[in-house]
Order: sequence, then structure tokens, then C-alpha cells
Amino acid sequence: MKITIQRGTVVEYEVSLFEATLLEVLGEIKYKQDNTLVFSSGCRSSVCGSCSMRVNGREVLACSYKVQDGDFVEPLKNVNVIRDLVVDMDKAMSFNAKAKAYAKTNSEGILITQDNAQLNEVQSDCILCGSCYSACPVYAVNGEFLGPFSLTRVWKYVSDVREQDMKEKIDTIQINGIWDCTLCNECTIVCPQDISSKTDIEKLRSRSAMEGHMDPSFSSGFGDSFGSGFGFDGSPTF
Amino acid sequence: MYSDILIIGAGGAGLTAALHAREEGVSVRVLTKEYPTRSQTCMAQGGINAALGNNGEDTTESHIENTLKSAQGMANVDAVRHLCESAPGAVKWLDSIGVCFSRTKDAKIAQRSLGGASSPRACYAQDYTGLKILHTLYDQCLAQEIEILNEKFLLEILKSNNRVCGASVLDIRTGEVEVYEAKSVILATGGYSRIYDKYSTNSTASTGDGIATALRAGANLKDMAFVQFHPTGLKKSSILISESARGAGGYLINTKNERFIDELLPRDKVARAIDEQIKNGQNVFLDIRHLGEKLIDKELPQERKLAKLYENVDPVHDLIPIKPVAHYTMGGIEVDAKTSTCIDGLFAVGECANHSVHGANRLGGNSLLELVVFGKKAGSNAAEFAKENDILQQKIEVTTIENTKKIEVNFYQIKEEIAELFYKNVGIVRTEKELVHAQMRIEDIQSKLYLMGWTDNVKVYNTNKIEFLEFKNMLEICEQVVSQALEIKESCGAHYRIN
Repeated sequence: MKITIQRGTVVEYEVSLFEATLLEVLGEIKYKQDNTLVFSSGCRSSVCGSCSMRVNGREVLACSYKVQDGDFVEPLKNVNVIRDLVVDMDKAMSFNAKAKAYAKTNSEGILITQDNAQLNEVQSDCILCGSCYSACPVYAVNGEFLGPFSLTRVWKYVSDVREQDMKEKIDTIQINGIWDCTLCNECTIVCPQDISSKTDIEKLRSRSAMEGHMDPSFSSGFGDSFGSGFGFDGSPTF
Repeated sequence: MYSDILIIGAGGAGLTAALHAREEGVSVRVLTKEYPTRSQTCMAQGGINAALGNNGEDTTESHIENTLKSAQGMANVDAVRHLCESAPGAVKWLDSIGVCFSRTKDAKIAQRSLGGASSPRACYAQDYTGLKILHTLYDQCLAQEIEILNEKFLLEILKSNNRVCGASVLDIRTGEVEVYEAKSVILATGGYSRIYDKYSTNSTASTGDGIATALRAGANLKDMAFVQFHPTGLKKSSILISESARGAGGYLINTKNERFIDELLPRDKVARAIDEQIKNGQNVFLDIRHLGEKLIDKELPQERKLAKLYENVDPVHDLIPIKPVAHYTMGGIEVDAKTSTCIDGLFAVGECANHSVHGANRLGGNSLLELVVFGKKAGSNAAEFAKENDILQQKIEVTTIENTKKIEVNFYQIKEEIAELFYKNVGIVRTEKELVHAQMRIEDIQSKLYLMGWTDNVKVYNTNKIEFLEFKNMLEICEQVVSQALEIKESCGAHYRIN
């Protein structure tokens, strides 16, 4: 079986593992053929988010993707490549702090029902692998976009009944935030944890409207941008 | 680069320590060889123990009793009492900062049974408990603007006489050695289960770096022979299937479709029973089919996903093939009740430390608890130390890392060999003869170390080099594990001797 890996130049490897995960194949190459191949890994069980990369243009976790003959492996997009398949996630991660994706006030004694817990159960499954960040087309035009995983995290805290002060969070995500999203849904498609940041962003938009915010492209006159405020199918999003 | 407190490791223990140290108003810097959310803590599934009694009656006294019983007399009663008495407060704190625990019908934190517990005591967030705790701690560190520097590999603890003054690290990205000075240093670097390599549930990062480094700096290591083998690792990949699957009513069965052990005994006993079955030619399976799809998807979604992905079976319809594999290392850096090592200003916390609470066998649900309870202690005690002491003014020699001149032995092969050797000879059941054999082989490998090194000579992000440095750390730890195992002639918890 042949696979090719983008290492600055494209390098082809022959491996004789079958039914193997991409992480196992990368290990086989590194430990048996070429010690210089560089990639990140950790838990091997899809929960640490270290081994996200792209195969044939699509974001995957190497530890949960089964390799096919002829696969082409590349690092994530929208981030700086450090070496081979390893990227620098620092800037991407910094958007969590910029988006204020955390509980602001310690809350004690607030009862959370099973229905309340359902509101952000899936969002709190996020492993910060950065697949959504890599797949997001907004970064081609706005490098400061807070991005899908950070906004999902904001929704996680905004939807939490323990959060007493959501206004600050909502105010924070108006610029380079929820209105910059094109609702293309790429983030949802690539998420290994079945989270839909697009849906979370839509929820944040409607919560923002309730707080008196509006899509800046509406306030500056209709129709100046195709992206914000409307989905690609042209339907209003809240 | 100076800070009042330097914390090495950004898993649950390191981040909890950082938050509590920050509360004391000192400056805190955290270094990790990965990223915080990639730490081993994210792999904890089952839950965190606290006698809340949300699902049937429970008391702190029972929690203490269960912990001590499981520890087989090797734990410190006062330390265990502190752990268990602090548990409800620890869970309350996690709840207050936003951990998404599962809930009961009457809106309380949900609790379930794990092995060795007299009541359903483990508070959980489906089977993603560690993931959700770790990520929430990380979010809080962002809220408190705690500085976290990623991808720094610990080289040495720096000290003068018997007082710590910082640490040297290798910046993995640049390949440069850096020095970080501090008044106090907290090691929160995790355990050493990866000495068993593919026979371990752990992340590839659990290579005991902090423990080996502390040993080189003069700290004491305690209980290193006690390694917990988790009864239910997936047969092919060693990936963990949580004890909560048995807690919910899962069975262990053999090829003859017979149950052979009470599934909810402490882990050492269950692991031995499975080991015996396997040695007698049986295959062993976890059977949770009778729990039904609805419960499995609600309470054990990750287990179903992992079994499908890595073993090609759907637990709703199929048996899950399993084997016991190294999961948690009870041994670690010896610390006192203040989490302080024997080196002034050097603290250790979490799996890398030995808080004398797990003894010879850790109770399921007590490791996440340990991170939070002792993380708090380490953070505040290190802060107190930093307030009471001045920075040591002295010239620090930068560590250099030399590669072997002529590489003749592939360390990756040796690493695999050690894992096989340790799983077989320093594993679930031990004999004098096999332990001696393992010890001699480790000594032999040590003597050949000058023939091993890294072949990749690129400076930037050289994982070949990092893996060699980890290998050297593991080799030092192997030596300690096997020599301490030889000293304990009687069976005790996870250290089971048949002669």
C-alpha cells in the first residue's frame, strides 16, 4: 500500500499494514523506515485532539482514520506548519481567551436539571483538535475570526444555567465573531465529536438579537455581503 | 525568565495547582510538553469520587474505608482521610467553574458505581469525565490569564544545595535549551505507564519524565513497584473501556460463556482473574449487551465509539474482547502532607507524586479526585513558599544534550522489547526469577545506552530526539520499578508475587 505525505515536498511511502489507522501507519514509517517523519499524537483513542491532519483534503484524526491505498496526507490548514504534519496551534487556541470562552463568575448552588444539562452536553465533548478551524473558509479573508471551536465554547458557557453574566460574552463575539461566519457547515462535517459549530453560531446569533445586537451587514445597508446574515441557500438565519 | 512559581505539566493536577497558586497573588507560569488539553487527564472516563449520596446513602467514612481496603495497608490514613473529606468540596468547586456533570432526575450531580466502592460514588460526565474536567480547568486558566507555554520538554530541575531554583527545558519547536527560574517549582508531569508501551491504556506521553528528572535531582521515589493493570483494555489496541461499563452491570465472560469473577472487586483482583483465564487459554470478553442501546448511548457513548473503531465490535450487539493492561502508576515522587518533596521549594502533585493515598492499588474514581484535592494543596503551599523565600541569586549552567557519536542500536526496538519483558516479567503476576531476569536485562540495556541516540539531526521539532530523551527517562524508571519489586517479597495489592 502506498501513501504520500506532504513534508514540504511530497514524499511517498510503501507500507504493508492493512486495516490500520493512519496513526499506526505513520508510526510504522517513523519507527521502521524514516525516523525523521514528524507528527503529533497522544491518546490514540480520539479524545486528546493531537493527531488532527488532512487526508485527501479532508480533516481527520489520524488515530481514527483507516488508511486506504493512495491516500495523500497533509497538515491542517489556516495554521503555520512547524514541520511535516505538526502545526502551531497557539494562535488558534488564543481565540478561546479572546472570545472569553470560560465561566466568569463562580456559581454555587444552582440546580441543573437533566434538560439543562442537555443544552451543552455535546458542546462540552469538544477535544480542541482544530479540525473545524482548518476547514473554515473564513480564514481566507479574516485571520482574526474567532472561529468555530471558540464560538462553540462560548455557546457552551452562554447556554449554561450557571452563567450569570452572559451579556459580556455576547458583546465580545460581535466583532470578528458570529456575523463573520458564512454558515457553510464545513466545521460540522469535519468534527470528530459530532459538534455543529455552525448551529451553535446560529444560536448565538439569535441570542445576540435578543440582547439588541444585529448583523452589521444589515445596519450598513442590505446586500453588501452574501456571507453574513444569510446561509448559502439565501435563507435568513434567525 | 522568572516567575514566582513554575509548574511543569498542564494536566488536571498542574492546572488546578496553577489556579490555586494564582489565587494567592503570586506569578505563575505553566510549561507542558504538549498542549494542556492533550494531557493524560482527558482520557479519564469513569468519574470522580465524592460521598455526596446523590444516588443512595453514602458517607465519607465509607469512602475512607473503601480506599484503605483497596490500598492493602500501604496508604497513609491521614492522607486518605484528607482526600475523602475534601472530596465533596472538590466536586462542588468543579461544578462552580462549569464542569458539565451528568445530572439526576432531581437536578443533582449524577453518581455511579465503580469497583471496590460500597455505594455509587463516582460523579461523572457521561464517560468523558476527565475530558470535561480538564477542558474546564483550562478555560479557567484562560479566565485568570495564567501563562501557559506549550511544547517545552523538561530536561533538569535546577537547584543550589538543597533548594530548587528553576528548571531547564528543551523548546521542542526551536530545539533550543531554555532556563526558567522560580522560587518554587511544582512537578505535575503524570505517570509512567508507558514503560509498558503498547500494553498500556495511556497516552504515548506518559513516560514519567518528571519522576526520572526528580530522581536525578535527588528526590525520593516511593512505591514504584505498584502498577495498576486495568482489567478492561481493548484486546488489540489496549485502549481503555471504562470500569463504569461494569459499574452499570457489565459482565466479564470467557470463551465458555461463563462468568468467573465478581466484576466489581478492586482492579488488582479482577485483573488477576482475567490474566489467569487468558493463561489457561481462554479469551475474555466484556459483555454489556444486556444494558441496552439506550443506556449505552446515554451513559457510555465513548465506550461504544471506541469498541467500534478499535475492535470492530458494537457493544450493543457484540462481546468486547479485552485484556488487562497497565493503566495507572501508584508509585511516584515521595511527598509530605504539604505535597513537598525532600528538596526545598520542589513540590509534586498528581500521578507523578506519591501522596500515599492509593497504596498498593488505587480505587477507581480516586485519581481525578487526587488531582483536584492535592492540586489545590500544591498550589497554595508552593505559593506560600514563594512568598516566604527570596529567589536564589546564582549563575545557572545551561544543560547541554549530547547525542551518541555512533548509533548502532535502534532504541525504538529496545523500547518495544522492554514493554514485552515488563508485561510478562514485571506485570500482573511476578516471580523472583522473572524479576531478576528483567533487572539484568535493564542493566544490560543501560550499559549499551552509549550505542543509542537520535538519527534525525534537524533542530526544529525533532520528535526522534524527544522520544529518545523519554526513552532514557523510562529506562531509569524501569530500573526503579524492578528493583523495588524485588524488595517486596510478599504479595500486596497490584504487586502479586507467586514466589
